[in-house]
Amino acid sequence: MPPVLGVSGLTKVFGAREQEALRLAGEGLGRDEILRRTGATLAVHDVSFAVERGELFVVMGLSGSGKSTLVRLLNRLIEPSAGTVEVEGRDLRALDDAQLRAVRNEKISMVFQHFALMPHRTVRENAAYALKVRGASAAEQRERADWALETVGLLERAGARPAELSGGMRQRVGLARALAADSEVLLMDEPFSALDPLIRRDMQDLLEQLQSELSKTIVFITHDLNEAMRLGDRILMLKDGRPVQLGTGPEIISAPADDYVADFTSDVDRTRVLTAGDLLREPRLTARLGDAPGDVLRALGVAEANGAYVLGEDGRVAGVARDDLLARALQEGRSALGPRELVPDYATIGADRPVVEFVHLVGRHAVPLGVVDDDGRLLGVVPRAAVLDALSAVPVRGRRS
Amino acid sequence: MIPHIPLGQWVSDLIDWLLDTVPWLFDAVSAVMQVLVNGLTDALVSPPPVLWIVVFAALALLLRGPWLALYTVLAFLLVVSLELWVETMQTLALVLVAAVIATAVAVPIGILAARHRAVSVIVRPVLDFMQTTPVFVYLIPAVFFFGVGVVPGVVATILFAIPPGVRLTELGIRQVDREVVEAAQAFGARPGQVLREVQLPLALPSIMAGVNQVIMLALSMVVTAGLLGAAGLGAVVVRAVTQLDVGSGFEGGLAVVLLAVFLDRLTAAFGHPTALSRLVRARGRRVPSGAATAAREPASVGERQPA
Repeated sequence: MPPVLGVSGLTKVFGAREQEALRLAGEGLGRDEILRRTGATLAVHDVSFAVERGELFVVMGLSGSGKSTLVRLLNRLIEPSAGTVEVEGRDLRALDDAQLRAVRNEKISMVFQHFALMPHRTVRENAAYALKVRGASAAEQRERADWALETVGLLERAGARPAELSGGMRQRVGLARALAADSEVLLMDEPFSALDPLIRRDMQDLLEQLQSELSKTIVFITHDLNEAMRLGDRILMLKDGRPVQLGTGPEIISAPADDYVADFTSDVDRTRVLTAGDLLREPRLTARLGDAPGDVLRALGVAEANGAYVLGEDGRVAGVARDDLLARALQEGRSALGPRELVPDYATIGADRPVVEFVHLVGRHAVPLGVVDDDGRLLGVVPRAAVLDALSAVPVRGRRS
Repeated sequence: MIPHIPLGQWVSDLIDWLLDTVPWLFDAVSAVMQVLVNGLTDALVSPPPVLWIVVFAALALLLRGPWLALYTVLAFLLVVSLELWVETMQTLALVLVAAVIATAVAVPIGILAARHRAVSVIVRPVLDFMQTTPVFVYLIPAVFFFGVGVVPGVVATILFAIPPGVRLTELGIRQVDREVVEAAQAFGARPGQVLREVQLPLALPSIMAGVNQVIMLALSMVVTAGLLGAAGLGAVVVRAVTQLDVGSGFEGGLAVVLLAVFLDRLTAAFGHPTALSRLVRARGRRVPSGAATAAREPASVGERQPA
């Protein structure tokens, strides 16, 4: 099955000498050089990616990196110079005007940086716009618009006009307008950039919650890497219209492709991006219920550790065997690890939890923090050193003298 | 030596040719204008002045407020007492017909110019030409095509009043927030829908400022039209000038000013958010789907306050 949104070799040149600029871009010339030689601006060059159903795909770059152009190429608000855009396997560039309008109306919705609401219409009429264009009945328009407004928590303001709402509320209307269309693909062009930081956080929460309920296919544009890391399943870094790196947030943080990316990542709050899974290490030592206390104690001595996780038959954590309790078990002549030798001197965390949620648990117990899956099976441990290492690490290429 | 270019000869040849080739066209235009102006004049003059004064005051009250209504009553009563009511109404009829036609021509041209760069490039110098050409130069072809009387006056007035309507319409549409236009397109609106549902409503204040300018320019042509024999305040002023009658010249001029202030304040209100939102609201209420909305909407306080 094709991806919901597939982009291949997408390129946009603004200016008269398009073909020549394309040829120079193909030779790898930079944007400035192309502008000097042809007078044409290379806005986006050779961008390819595929977004799966339910994925939140972030395109990230500074202003002028071509990200706003890129998102408009995806619904042909701007006509691409080269490359293809496929929505559910249909090439948008092969469509005539009427077909394109139908696809925009039914398959792709868009949310704008400055909300782009119609000031002379009510919130409800704004939310219902796609359905109005579609020619839906008044009752259906109302029903869908009200559902969407309720989803974004703004139904009680349905009769207001945009000018009466705060910025955050207006963008909720923008979101409702996109949701009411019930399209599979959602294009979001820096939707939260114009909002205050606190409101922005609320809107990010709202989007995460919506996404967990509705599983849209989202292309999200931003210049804020913290936002990108927080929301994005994968992130495409753009620089001067060219893709420089594509990967998950932790991948980009731990291995930035070049100085440009490294510059971004140096500002990122790593404690919110890196998860327990990213810092996971193989435990140096684990024991099983029924092991001989003497063997475990000797192994602890070799490993220079004070305790070890003891796992049950199913691989779940049964408890921790601590050296002092093991020594007493030996003195008392018990031959197998049982509940009496175990203490709950440990803490565990899910693999998907960010560092910020577990940093206070690290180093408090006889054993390193345990990382467990949903069933409570031990996947690995996060030693204190691993956390400190990850938070203090400066990516090699980004290091400035 | 620079050869003499017989440009004037060419233009007058062109006019002769037009007169020979399509005389019916000018006759038809002339007849239509005549009917429009005469019909409107009759409607304004036939009833007693009090009726129209009440109507004008009511309009002023609705669109602008009590002060303009008060001004309207006083100004038109003064006109009646100067015994210039009939002439003032003749002038008003001429101005309204000219302004309506000029607007009907200017707004579509402005829309085209805003949507197509090529149209804009062609239209702009033509407008410059129209605005800088001395007013009397308009009169010559107008007289040639339409003789003397009210029609050449109306035609010259229309030509003179068109440019600001075109310019402000184009400007208004170009100034509409690009993102809002994109939003309509992104949800699949056709170009016509984008124009009707986004560009025109959002450009309305600017277009209305254009209409206001059209009306004011039309009024400023009244005296000139009087030269051509159009009845009204222009004729009063022209007669006063030829007879060196300072008193009646002043009275005629004052009546023009009173009318101008009334029309200006009234039409300026069209571009004003207050009047605009009231009109939009009134229109919205007639639409069935909007009925519930308007009824449920308690106040929309923000909208009433001038932004």
